[in-house]
Amino acid sequence: MSIASSLRRRTLVSLLAAGALPVLPVTSALAQFRVEVSGVGLTQLPIAIAAFRGDAQAPQKIGAIVRADLERSGMFRPVDTTGINADENTRPDLAAWRQKGADSMVTGSVTLLADGRYDVRLRLWDIVRGQDLGGQSYTVGSADLRLSAHRISDFVYEKLTGEKGIFSTRIAYVTKAAQKYNLWVADSDGEGAQSALTSPEPIISPAWSPNGSQLAYVSFESRKPVIYSHDVASGKRRLLANFRGSNSAPAWSPDGKQLVATLSRDGGSQLYSIGLGGGEPRRLTQSSSIDTEPAFSPDGRYIYFVSDRGGAPQIYRMSPGGGNAERVTFTGSYNISPAVSPDGRWLAYVSRVGGAFKLHVMELASGTVTPITDTTADESPSFAPNSRLIVYATQQQGREALMTTTLDGKIKARLSGASGDIREPDWGPFQR
Amino acid sequence: MKRTIFSIISTLILAATLTACGSGVKLNDVPVEDRTGQTQQADPAGGSGRGVPTVQVEGADASLAGPANTARIIYFDFDSYVVKPEFQGLIEAHAKYLTANKTRKMAIEGHTDERGGREYNLALGQKRAEAVRRALGLLGVADSQVEAVSFGKEKPAVPGSDEEAMAKNRRAELNYR
Repeated sequence: MSIASSLRRRTLVSLLAAGALPVLPVTSALAQFRVEVSGVGLTQLPIAIAAFRGDAQAPQKIGAIVRADLERSGMFRPVDTTGINADENTRPDLAAWRQKGADSMVTGSVTLLADGRYDVRLRLWDIVRGQDLGGQSYTVGSADLRLSAHRISDFVYEKLTGEKGIFSTRIAYVTKAAQKYNLWVADSDGEGAQSALTSPEPIISPAWSPNGSQLAYVSFESRKPVIYSHDVASGKRRLLANFRGSNSAPAWSPDGKQLVATLSRDGGSQLYSIGLGGGEPRRLTQSSSIDTEPAFSPDGRYIYFVSDRGGAPQIYRMSPGGGNAERVTFTGSYNISPAVSPDGRWLAYVSRVGGAFKLHVMELASGTVTPITDTTADESPSFAPNSRLIVYATQQQGREALMTTTLDGKIKARLSGASGDIREPDWGPFQR
Repeated sequence: MKRTIFSIISTLILAATLTACGSGVKLNDVPVEDRTGQTQQADPAGGSGRGVPTVQVEGADASLAGPANTARIIYFDFDSYVVKPEFQGLIEAHAKYLTANKTRKMAIEGHTDERGGREYNLALGQKRAEAVRRALGLLGVADSQVEAVSFGKEKPAVPGSDEEAMAKNRRAELNYR
């Protein structure tokens, strides 16, 4: 039996066992991850993730990070493991775990080595069939302990769902605190943030290059918006667009060879393509209205963008060379910030409904649109590289927050991130 | 805690490097911090070398002096990109100054209130700045003397979300450089 069909079977079984799921917020064990579950008919795999032996002495709690990762993905439901003492060599009590409703189990250990590094090990068990599904081990410095936990989450996710996990990918975001702006590069859970850029002037619209080495963004440090490309590992920056007027909304082509951006060099805000090798930008749109927020489809066939050529901002698409544009959104009078999922099936965008700005997802094949949030100030959606989650900015209790959500809006998690107002998330690609 | 201290130290080192350079070409010549000490422990199997050095930039200079006793802010109505007649006198004063002082340059900075997306607001702020640029052009100001740029909703003049605050934020600022 394939993993996928076994997943379906077990999901069905666990759903039957659970009956209709009640609508209630579930707070995870770790205070900083608040995972909200809403709605019925969820298909989640129940999994037991025990604390790793040695977690208490290690600077990072591996078991808790893995548990929060898997829960945030929306594909898993953690089963209580309080008081369980186990490591990768422990054979789980299958009957007991079946009774607790766990379909699978993760056990492991984290051990400080003589050279100051850590040895991290795990084993994954299929509780239903009583099988050892394999293990992994990593030897890492303390700075990479969180990464090893995310790699464990990726291993478990792929083994049990058949799809690649996104936990070891990175996100970029911007904070504003005490009149200082920071561009951060963080783990996919918003933690372990490292500042790539700090500036007294605003930073907006970070965009990862397709290979994950560069961040393009708009910086106002010279008292006007200009576009930089920033090598994240070295800190080397290149000025990509500093033309007369405003330079904004950078979007990488899927091959990483050019950037499409909004320039006002000829008067209005129009889309131009800019070769990374330099040279004159090529104008892609020829309207007397606003054309901005370009986003490539992952196959490179379309550039989605926002235009008010019809009187109000709507999302359109055109070929990457420019030319005729086709309107994509038809509901509502204010639709902005398009993002296409890496699998090409979904369009996420922000739509004004009444006075509220809400994240919507459109299935591109059918045109069916679904609002997926209860918040009123959603901004800047960006897809995870496996197309299963969206990270976006919003406001909660009057404060800016970053959230992840499943595409159906049923599982949401607030990312902790660095302190201050937090915004402008962009999810990086798979790496290695 | 260790990492916090480390990043404070590296920030100090970086700041010192920046000061030492002092070349004024901060736009594209940014010192690179070597952080191999932080990443060399990375393990080939699971480790990463994912250290990120911090680049610290400074802001540009504030506005220089322009014509004396002349206001520099033009306010706009909600969802409007038209210079209201009440600001015509202000525009004329700046136009007179710019045509008399051909070497002076001005940035027209468009701003919006906080409602809506950041990039779309940047384009709306640009429309306000362009409207002022055209008004100055009609009065004979050379295009080479003015640059219309936008801050969108990023730099509100006043905090707050009530209509009074938002009205103060829908503006174009005229800054001499």
